[in-house]
Amino acid sequence: MSEKPFSDIRMETFTQGLWKDNPVFVMMLGLCPTLAVTNSAMNALAMGLATTFVLICSGLLVSLLRNVIPKQVRIASYIIIIATFVTMADYGIKAISLDVYQALGAFIQLIVVNCIILGRAEAYASKETPGKAMINGAGMGFGFTIALLCLGVVREIMGSGTFFGLQVMPDRFQTWSIFVLPPGGFFVLAGWLVLFSWLQERKVRREAV
Amino acid sequence: MDVNSPTFIFLNAFLINNFVLAMFLGLCPFLGVSGKIKTAGNMGLAVTFVMLVSSVCAFGLNLLLTRYDLEFLRLISYIAVIASAVQLVEMAIKRFSPALFRALGIFLPLITTNCAILGLALFQTAREYNFVQSLAFALGAGAGFSLALVLMAGLREKLELADVPSVARGAALSLMIAGLLSLAFMGFAGLGG
Amino acid sequence: MNNGSASFHLVATLGGIAVFSGVLLALTYEVTKPMIARNESEALETAVLEVVPGAVERENYRLDEQGLRKLAKDSTEEANVYAGIDEQGERIGFAFSGEARGYADVIRILYGYDPVQKQVIGLQVLSSNETPGLGDKISKDADFQENFVALDASLTHEIVTVKHGEKTEPWQIDGISGATVSSKAVGQALRDSTHTWVPTLSAALEERK
Repeated sequence: MSEKPFSDIRMETFTQGLWKDNPVFVMMLGLCPTLAVTNSAMNALAMGLATTFVLICSGLLVSLLRNVIPKQVRIASYIIIIATFVTMADYGIKAISLDVYQALGAFIQLIVVNCIILGRAEAYASKETPGKAMINGAGMGFGFTIALLCLGVVREIMGSGTFFGLQVMPDRFQTWSIFVLPPGGFFVLAGWLVLFSWLQERKVRREAV
Repeated sequence: MDVNSPTFIFLNAFLINNFVLAMFLGLCPFLGVSGKIKTAGNMGLAVTFVMLVSSVCAFGLNLLLTRYDLEFLRLISYIAVIASAVQLVEMAIKRFSPALFRALGIFLPLITTNCAILGLALFQTAREYNFVQSLAFALGAGAGFSLALVLMAGLREKLELADVPSVARGAALSLMIAGLLSLAFMGFAGLGG
Repeated sequence: MNNGSASFHLVATLGGIAVFSGVLLALTYEVTKPMIARNESEALETAVLEVVPGAVERENYRLDEQGLRKLAKDSTEEANVYAGIDEQGERIGFAFSGEARGYADVIRILYGYDPVQKQVIGLQVLSSNETPGLGDKISKDADFQENFVALDASLTHEIVTVKHGEKTEPWQIDGISGATVSSKAVGQALRDSTHTWVPTLSAALEERK
């Protein structure tokens, strides 16, 4: 079997996290922040970017140290590394925008127990080169951000009538508050999953014909 | 009822702002729980115990960190404490009830990454609860988590026999049930006056 | 490999990572501290100008047993009282902060106080995590805001929140129907804060005369 060109491998590593192995819709990981901070598109974006930052940096550091960290303490080491970058993201967001910081609240720090990051460190970054680890982390992070935005945009438009703070629904539109409340989070995610499942079934049926 | 009383804080975490259904903490074990009510109940007990231990340790740690102006080490130290607490609980369960240990299996070490525990510590710190309030909070959170888990397990058990459309099976169904449960729990708003 | 050097390796790696992370975090903290302080200061500035109608500038003060002391802009002492200055350079009101536990979390408010009329002249909710569509009306509801244009704070009677539509006295706050807990929390915050500051301020101002 011939070796794939390096650029192809890089592309695949990146896109893997966007669709095929999307952390939220396929792997069902990192659900706590997904439902908690997606009541507005802005919050969803901020959370997604912060998580991507942690994914890339921790992926890089774990990969750099992959031959140095002994097996027995690897989980503990990964957690310390991840917690460090999460704290940095926490202070970073606070320095950039107090409003976003207050909206996201404790969920920024909860990024550290987001199973996506630990999972990536264990399954990928600890076994691959720093470059690939960073690219994979970026792909997963973007996939996560896109998933968050899918939820955030729908919830904000239906529940507040706005899109990133800009009024998009006519004044007469009675907002469906349920969408920005906890049950709404569950329902919207379920809705997206049903949609993807239906699209998947349609594809399978077409191919079978 | 006074908003600062331990009783109200317990009720708040247990029902009104249920840890799982309103605060979205601890979703992974919640959605992945099997249809067995007994296992769910045991998981809830283990988590409650870890929460109590972590709450006390976090309270003490926070006092130390603020005294020496080391707040930026808070997250890391909390995680370390939680991981150790889980390790302790795991060893205790293994010793006193090997059957329970086998029943819980992989879920036990996974409690470390359960955002409910870390979330508990972080919220308790942010709201500046004193010692008694923190304990009430931990108890309420654990009870709320157990309640949500047991409810979900019970509903799952019933749904095994239902005729669900193929597009909605699996995770989507669990989420819809969770949404309905969350909606129902909103009825507790205003409890305690 | 003998056990001694193996355990040493474990501890050394963990220790090394911990030290590295500690250094990185201390650095982040130092770098972001001025930015965060500036953000908080700006947010406060805007809030003070809003709760003291007619003010164009903010001054920092420290109020304690020793009296009322004006603080320079770059003073290291923490201000606990703010004053609004109008275009003519006159001090037209003070601003105090207050907090109380609401439905979900702590609600922080900033309110303007006129020492001559002994009234609350404006109020802004600095931070709250109340239920969207219900409790968060305390920040947006125009009728609720009306309460704080001339609220009696002479302390002849305690400031108290009453049910929507039942306000009869100038020291009562007309609550928001459907958001009792949140409205009561605002009342509680005002009650506690005025109790703390109004007598002290009156005494300090008397001394100056």
